[in-house]
Amino acid sequence: MKKSVFLGTLAVAGVAAGFASAQTLAEVQERGALNCGVTTGLTGFAAPDANGEWQGFDVSICRAVAAAVLGDANAVEFVPTTGQTRFTALASGEIDLLARNTTWTFSRDVDLAFEFVGVNYYDGQGFMVPRELGVSSALELDGATVCIQTGTTTELNLADFFSSNNMSYEPVPIETNAEAQQQYLAGACDVYTTDASGLAATRATFEDPAAHVLLPEIISKEPLGPLVRHGDHEWGDIARWTLNALVAAEELGVTSANVGEIGGTTENPEIRRLLGTEGELGAMLGLDADWAARAIAAVGNYGEVFDGNIGESTPIGLARGLNAQWTDGGLLYSPPFR
Amino acid sequence: MATLTDPPQQSFQLSQLIYDTRYRSTTIQVVAFILIMAGIWWLGNNVVTNLAARGKDFDFGFLGSRAGYDINQMLVEYSNDSTHARAALVGILNTLLVAFLGCIAATIIGVTAGVLRLSKNWIVGRLMTVYVEGFRNIPLLLWIIVIFAIMTEATPQPRDFRGEDAEASMILWDSVAITNRGIFMPAPQWGANSLLLVAIFLASIVGIFVYRSMARKKQEQTGAQSPVFLVGLALFFIPTLIAYFILGRPVTLNYPELGGFNFSGGLQLRNSFIALWFALSLYTGAFIAEIVRAGILAVNKGQTEASSALGMRPNRTMNLVVLPQALRVIIPPLISQYLNLTKNSSLAIAVGYMDVRATLGGITVNQTGRELEGMLLLGLFYLITSLVISGGMNLYNNSVKLQER
Repeated sequence: MKKSVFLGTLAVAGVAAGFASAQTLAEVQERGALNCGVTTGLTGFAAPDANGEWQGFDVSICRAVAAAVLGDANAVEFVPTTGQTRFTALASGEIDLLARNTTWTFSRDVDLAFEFVGVNYYDGQGFMVPRELGVSSALELDGATVCIQTGTTTELNLADFFSSNNMSYEPVPIETNAEAQQQYLAGACDVYTTDASGLAATRATFEDPAAHVLLPEIISKEPLGPLVRHGDHEWGDIARWTLNALVAAEELGVTSANVGEIGGTTENPEIRRLLGTEGELGAMLGLDADWAARAIAAVGNYGEVFDGNIGESTPIGLARGLNAQWTDGGLLYSPPFR
Repeated sequence: MATLTDPPQQSFQLSQLIYDTRYRSTTIQVVAFILIMAGIWWLGNNVVTNLAARGKDFDFGFLGSRAGYDINQMLVEYSNDSTHARAALVGILNTLLVAFLGCIAATIIGVTAGVLRLSKNWIVGRLMTVYVEGFRNIPLLLWIIVIFAIMTEATPQPRDFRGEDAEASMILWDSVAITNRGIFMPAPQWGANSLLLVAIFLASIVGIFVYRSMARKKQEQTGAQSPVFLVGLALFFIPTLIAYFILGRPVTLNYPELGGFNFSGGLQLRNSFIALWFALSLYTGAFIAEIVRAGILAVNKGQTEASSALGMRPNRTMNLVVLPQALRVIIPPLISQYLNLTKNSSLAIAVGYMDVRATLGGITVNQTGRELEGMLLLGLFYLITSLVISGGMNLYNNSVKLQER
């Protein structure tokens, strides 16, 4: 019995660690589909719609990469992951890309050996409480019961926030956003805490969103972005520059509507390089010249992705805030396509 | 003259290793051993190479670093400044607590249901059949979630207890609150002299056992039966109660009170704990009921008839004649059920009960990225726990099994 347990563990570990080399692009192209890790369901960011099609802000990243690499935005196998399973799924090679509002932290980048390819949403951790509780500040939450997704950075921030303010709380650990929502609505916890964007997205699905308030305190920096495994820099570059292409496209005025002809008509050399009508940027990535044009045509530029999924015109209603272009006073800034 | 020749020296040939039955089994074992060792070496080597390729090392140092997360149920001191090892210990104790209480409850439920299922009363027998079949044939995870969902959805929130005309009220003279966060009940507060009180209580329990053995001896010698149950009951309550008042009520009750967001004070049994405990006990209890039923049926009917012929009442027949013999059949499969219950407690993750699977095998692994190390430790813990349970129960089994000379 001892031996079989040992063998089993080693076998799992052996398989799990067996994928670490610079060949993800070739694997994806051979497979004809991108395996993309997303959340198990967070409206606006990644959730299947009524037809079972995955939709959302994070999903668009998956589709953009699939369009750039495979020429087909629908050639994506979506793999739902929880806060606890996401890193194992990526490390083991079950997914090629994780686009699941994951916070870029030092230890994840360095110690867990992942490579964050950029930030697609600048976020911070917030609190949501029922309006009838009459709480107006997170500093009034002493003694509250808090629903929290386990295995996340929010779990650690929460502990730090409460202990640095000399307050106590009772954590209710849960696995997925759906579970958290159910527990919170049933009143099993007074407060739900996660990234402010996630709170807004969750609240948008409530029957009566106005009965719940987001507290003003934002207690952490949560730069959310897609990530890949360490060690395959070609693949990391593809994901990084696909994200940058969406950001740059908004800045340069390229949209999904005009991407078809603007590359041929514009005099702007950066747009021409981005869309592959000039220069060799695509070949440097090991892709076709119009890789970025395909990605933009498939999902739109960053602004279109934002407005279509989580922007102010959607039920989630997030303002651009920090996520505006640097030219509009935000933090979005793509390195030049040169 | 006949010369005596030695029998021909049989030369050993390699093919004998396979075709000669004297050597064959050894050959197979040696080959199998070599293959298994090669397999282990290959897997181990694979792990080392792949970990090195991913830039990861194999290191248990993470156990000593700050955990940074909070745990809601802890039997020992713990804060988010404690180490991951401490968090693992908290989880281990939570696992052991629910497993221990689960085994006790499952045994009580199982023995009761097993005996009652054989009842001649049609309704009682059928009810037990429904219970056993219902729990045995539906996955445990569903029961855990169902019980948890009922407790969360069907009970009032703490804030419903607030105000002049509150929607909900506490039961049992305002001492117990059943909420969707758990059951809040009074907790004993140990004052001065309470140690003495506990000592007196323990002494009276010893007294009960002494009295019982004296009564048995007397019965064996004279045949006269003493009122064991009534005297035991009196011994259980009276000395402690008298001492309680003489010592000036050293133990008081700390009542839960609604303050801030939640009830504070008293003892909180969390919904996650209750759901897990209940579901584990009921589920395993159904299996134990079948084991008990099988054990009782295994005792020859003649034993029951003989004791009836001696004029024993049915419940005495059950307790003194049938169950002691049935135990020999019951205990070995019972050990497996205890092991199952302990291992099944790892389903705690479904309701957020912070057992060792949730702390060491969940949050710690996730926050540190040490899956391999964490899972090895977790496996080791369950292995050791199972071996200890199985070893302990086997000792008990040896003491009740038929003594042969």
